[in-house]
Amino acid sequence: MAAVKTTSEVTLNRLAVVAVLIITIIFLAPIYWITATAFKPRNLATTIPPTVVFEPEISPFVKLFLRRSQLREQPTAEEYAEAPWWERLVFDGGEKIVRDGKGNVQLSGYPSRFMNSLIVAISSTVLAVGMGTLTAYGFSRFKVAGEQDWLFFILSTRMLPPVVVAIPMFLMYRWFGLNDTHLGLIILYTAFNLSFSVWLMKGFIDEIPKEYEEAALVDGYTRMEAFFKIVLPEAATGIAATAVFCFLIAWNEYAFALIMTRRDAQTAPPFIPSQVGSGLPDWTVIAAGTFLFLIPVAIFTFLLRNHLLRGMSFGAIRK
Amino acid sequence: MATLAMTTLDPQSRAARRGWSDLTIRNAFIIPTIVFLIVFNIFPLLYSLGYSFTDFRASTNAPANFVGLANYRALLNDPFIWSNFAITAKYVIVSVTGQVVVGFGVAMLLNRTIPFKGLITTLLLLPMMLSMAVVGLFWKLLYDPSFGIINYALGLGRFEWLSDPDMALYAVAITDIWMWSPFVMLLSLAGLSAVPKHLYEAAAIDRAGTFYTFFRITLPLVAPILMIAIIFRTMEAFKTFDLAFILTSQPSAELISIRLYKMAFQEWQTGMSSALAYIMLIMVVGITNIYVKYLNKVKER
Repeated sequence: MAAVKTTSEVTLNRLAVVAVLIITIIFLAPIYWITATAFKPRNLATTIPPTVVFEPEISPFVKLFLRRSQLREQPTAEEYAEAPWWERLVFDGGEKIVRDGKGNVQLSGYPSRFMNSLIVAISSTVLAVGMGTLTAYGFSRFKVAGEQDWLFFILSTRMLPPVVVAIPMFLMYRWFGLNDTHLGLIILYTAFNLSFSVWLMKGFIDEIPKEYEEAALVDGYTRMEAFFKIVLPEAATGIAATAVFCFLIAWNEYAFALIMTRRDAQTAPPFIPSQVGSGLPDWTVIAAGTFLFLIPVAIFTFLLRNHLLRGMSFGAIRK
Repeated sequence: MATLAMTTLDPQSRAARRGWSDLTIRNAFIIPTIVFLIVFNIFPLLYSLGYSFTDFRASTNAPANFVGLANYRALLNDPFIWSNFAITAKYVIVSVTGQVVVGFGVAMLLNRTIPFKGLITTLLLLPMMLSMAVVGLFWKLLYDPSFGIINYALGLGRFEWLSDPDMALYAVAITDIWMWSPFVMLLSLAGLSAVPKHLYEAAAIDRAGTFYTFFRITLPLVAPILMIAIIFRTMEAFKTFDLAFILTSQPSAELISIRLYKMAFQEWQTGMSSALAYIMLIMVVGITNIYVKYLNKVKER
């Protein structure tokens, strides 16, 4: 651009800045709204006009973790006074905590689904990134006949629609007793992320100069030592970025989890929407569950911000 | 795995005589991945290819009978399946066009000096990182006819976004546009920032108009990257399941993936659904081919 800007250009720039701000606010509004709902008292969650100003509560989060049932009769003043603070919050909402025969507090379905999500996402990430890094190194450093075809084959497995893969996998898993198990889901997510991890890691490893390893080989390292001591440390950032991507993909996945799991291994994405089901859902509790589920995503997106372009283009666009 | 057979070794291999040979390492690094993908992706597909020629139902113990191409013939002659494809095509066009317009537009706006540009860009990218299922869920809250903030903000009264047959598909597309415009924006920004500044300077000296500059300089140079975004989003929109499945149960918004899911896991028509899966698969592989060609083209630049 010319060094001297005309007045109309300055005005245009200001207008663009204002437009960007408005667009940002509109884009973030849905996320803000679900977050706000997670901290609302139940009677303010579904009001018309919508409640914007309110005193934040943590009762939705307490309720999220506990199994509750409708309160038939009000607790006596004594019962209420003796109850811990979190139980009082449940009483205030017209519900009571469900306890087993020994009087132990029963948890809701949420904590176990959240744990399942963590187990499956972390295990499949470790496997996919581990295998993917090795394979990427193999393709990056050695001659492979039909390299392009193999890489296309690897990527094409990633593009298969989940429901298409799920039909035969469901039948095979039924045969092997892998439906509704962590292992079953871990295998599926590993396969799904493996191709992504190979493509992304290949980009990162291609960027590490071959001369580093060659120097190490001359110094008496074996190829394996050079790989572990030179290449892996150099690729650390790439490995971390790839791992975060794989984790998020597994964490967010819905279709496979819906089809392959029922209860024991069910992850959060199919569980959270299933709470809306019948009757009048308590949107504050659903929002609280959604909010907790989205926190890792928001943190990782922030950490990944400089690698998003690369990850989203399977390593093709590097900037 | 004949294609993996060794061609020529890396010239440096003489240094790797100690420990594993390069050949061993290469095979040990690559073959497990290939085998894993074949066992868990390709083998299941062959398995379902077999089922697509039978009348198998996974809900019964009845043995599968070979029916030849009857499933394929039935599907291709089924007007309901064609209408599912038509709905999907409409959805793809609306949602991808929306994403390109919004995403590229915002990228044009962002392609200048703006205070807190990095932070704003990251915030704008957040929607595409979220889970489709969870996004679908909380947009249900936003779309709610009686207490949703969308109706309130737009003053639409009790407008039925998700249960109006004419609107449901567009409502899903709007959510998809919200979620994935950031993706188009991200790629467009990369394309825009790669346009050499001197071209704009030259255009300014020649007193070229804004439109001329845009259509003759900006657009042609951003086009290859924009194409990647468009093809990728087209493929993903074609496969859409989560978002539409959670948002609405309107038949007018029944995308082909949802039809496939219902056929396979609610009606248990395993053989028939395997055939439909194959029809979808062929289409997806076709788009993937185009996509990878463009990826490699951009890579070479």
